[in-house]
Amino acid sequence: MVTKRIVLHFPRRLVDQPIVYKLVKEYDLRFNILKASVTPQEEGLMVLELSGKKESFEEAMKYLASCGVNVQPLSQDVIRNEDKCTNCGVCVPICPVSALVVDPKTRKVVFDNKKCIACELCVKICPPRAMEVRF
Amino acid sequence: MRTIKEINEKIKKGEVVVVTAEEVIDLVKEKGIKKVATEVDVVTTGTFGPMCSSGAYFNIGHSKPRIKIGGGTCNINDVPCYTGFAAVDIYLGATAVPDDDPRNKVFPGEFKYGGAHVIHELVAGKDVRLDATAYGTDCYPRKKLETLLNIKDLNEAVLFNIRNCYQNYNVAVNLSDKAIYTYMGMLKPNLGNANYCSAGQLSPLLKDPYYKTIGIGTKIFLGGGIGYVAWHGTQHNPLAARKENGIPQAPAGTLAVIGDLKGMKQEWLVGVSMLGYGVSLAVGIGVPIPILNEDILKYASAKDEDIYAQVVDYSNNYPQVISGSLAEVNYAQLKSGKINLRSKDVPTGNLSSYSKARKIAESLKEWIKKGEFSLTEAVAPLPQVESGYTCKLLKERPVV
Ligand code: SF4
Ligand code: SF4
Repeated sequence: MVTKRIVLHFPRRLVDQPIVYKLVKEYDLRFNILKASVTPQEEGLMVLELSGKKESFEEAMKYLASCGVNVQPLSQDVIRNEDKCTNCGVCVPICPVSALVVDPKTRKVVFDNKKCIACELCVKICPPRAMEVRF
Repeated sequence: MRTIKEINEKIKKGEVVVVTAEEVIDLVKEKGIKKVATEVDVVTTGTFGPMCSSGAYFNIGHSKPRIKIGGGTCNINDVPCYTGFAAVDIYLGATAVPDDDPRNKVFPGEFKYGGAHVIHELVAGKDVRLDATAYGTDCYPRKKLETLLNIKDLNEAVLFNIRNCYQNYNVAVNLSDKAIYTYMGMLKPNLGNANYCSAGQLSPLLKDPYYKTIGIGTKIFLGGGIGYVAWHGTQHNPLAARKENGIPQAPAGTLAVIGDLKGMKQEWLVGVSMLGYGVSLAVGIGVPIPILNEDILKYASAKDEDIYAQVVDYSNNYPQVISGSLAEVNYAQLKSGKINLRSKDVPTGNLSSYSKARKIAESLKEWIKKGEFSLTEAVAPLPQVESGYTCKLLKERPVV
C-alpha cells in the first residue's frame, strides 16, 4: 500500500475527461480530493491523495503521463521563501495540519512540507507573503 | 549604584557587562537580584512586529528647473506621499496604498504593496520611481517631475514613527461564527485561534514598565541602525491597569522614534500585508536598559510568566468599543502554543517575531560590548504614572 499526495495539471483538452474515474475503476486507487480548480487559461488543477497497491499506483502514473496529464508531488508546490519569512508565527494556528510549527527552543517557525496539503490558507495571511505556491 | 556616565566609561574601556533580557532572567534566578545588580551594567531588549504608525520623510534635492512639490501631489512607486511641507520635502506613511489598489472592495483585500514596501525597497538600495505634479510659481516654475530615486542620493531619508513599540498588547480572538480579518491577523470563527503581538520578556517597555530609564533622547537600535526616542508615542497611556509587579496588563506606553533610514537594513524594516486590513511596516527596535539600581534590575528581569495580557473579542467588542476582557493570560501560556478559553484549547499565533526580537537584543549587546554603541541619558522623561497622562476616546460632537 502506498499513499501519495500529488498535483495533476490537466491541459485544456482533458478538462472534461473522466480521468479520476479511471484511476479508481481501472487501477483500483482510492482518492481524496484536496483541491480542484480550473485556471483562467482553462487548465485544470487537482490535488489528490491517492492510495493503493504500489504496482497499480505506478501503472496509474504511466496512464496519466500517456494522456498528457502532468504529475507533480505535492510537497514541491507550497514553498516558503526563507529570505522573506520573519518567523513571526501568524501562520501557525492557521495551518490545519500543523505543517507550520514553532520550534520551542529557537522560537523559529518550522515548515514541514511533507505534511502540507496545499490548502493555501497560509499564503495570503502571511504578512510578508513568504509562503508561495508553485503550481 | 552606577550612573550612565560610569557605564559609558566601562564601554570605552571594554569592561562593560551586558546581557540580554532573556539571559538576565536566568542569572537572577541563579544568583539573586542583589548580586546580579552589582555585576550587570546593561540589559538589552528587542521587539520586531508590525507597527502601523511608521513612515519616513525625504528631502529629494532640488531639480533643475526647480519644482515646489509642497501643495502639489507626489507618488513613490504609485504610493501617495504627503506633500504639505516645503518644495522638495515629502513624507511617506507605511500604511499608504496606491490610489488604484482595490482596497477592501473585493473582501478581504490583499494590500500587496504600500508605503511600507517602498520603505523596505529603499532601505534595500533599490531604485524607486517618483512622480510629482506642482502648480508652478515664479521661483519654482516646474510642474511635473518624473525620476528614479535611490536612497543614497537623497539629502535626508529619515524614519519617523509616531507610535511604535507598544508596551503590551491585546490577545485577539473571534467569538463570531465567521472568519474576520483584522490588524491582529485572520481570526478563525468560534475561538479558532488567539493572536498576540509582543516579544513578552524581551520587549523594551515591558522591561522598564515605569519608564525609569527610557525617555526622550534614549539612543536605540532602530531598523538595524541607530535611532532615538523622540517623544512619547501617540496613545501613550501610563495609567493602564498594572499587576502588583508594576507591569501593565493591557496596552500602555508607546514610543515615537526617529533615526537615519540610510543606516538601517532591509532585514529590520519589512513591508507586510495584512489580509483584509492593510499595509504595515514590521519594525525592529531594541532598547538598552542601564542597570542603575536593584529596582531597575528587578523590572528588567521579569519573565513571561509575570507578564499578563487581556484576551479581547475582535468580532464585536473591540470594533464596538465595548470594554472588558474575556480572560487574562500570561506570555508563557501564549508561547506554549495554546491557551484555554471557555473550556476550549485555542491555538495561539504571534504577530511579533520572538526569534527576531532575540536577535535584536543580541546585536545590541554585541554593539555595546564592542564599544560601538554608548548609552544616552534621557533629556526628559516620558509621561509617567504620576503625570496622570492618559489616552481618551474621541469625544464626538454634532456639527451644526
Ligand atoms: S506567517 Fe509568514 S513570516 Fe510569519 S512565520 Fe509564517 S511563513 Fe514566516
Ligand atoms: S498550504 Fe495549508 S497545509 Fe500547507 S502549510 Fe499552508 S496552511 Fe498548512
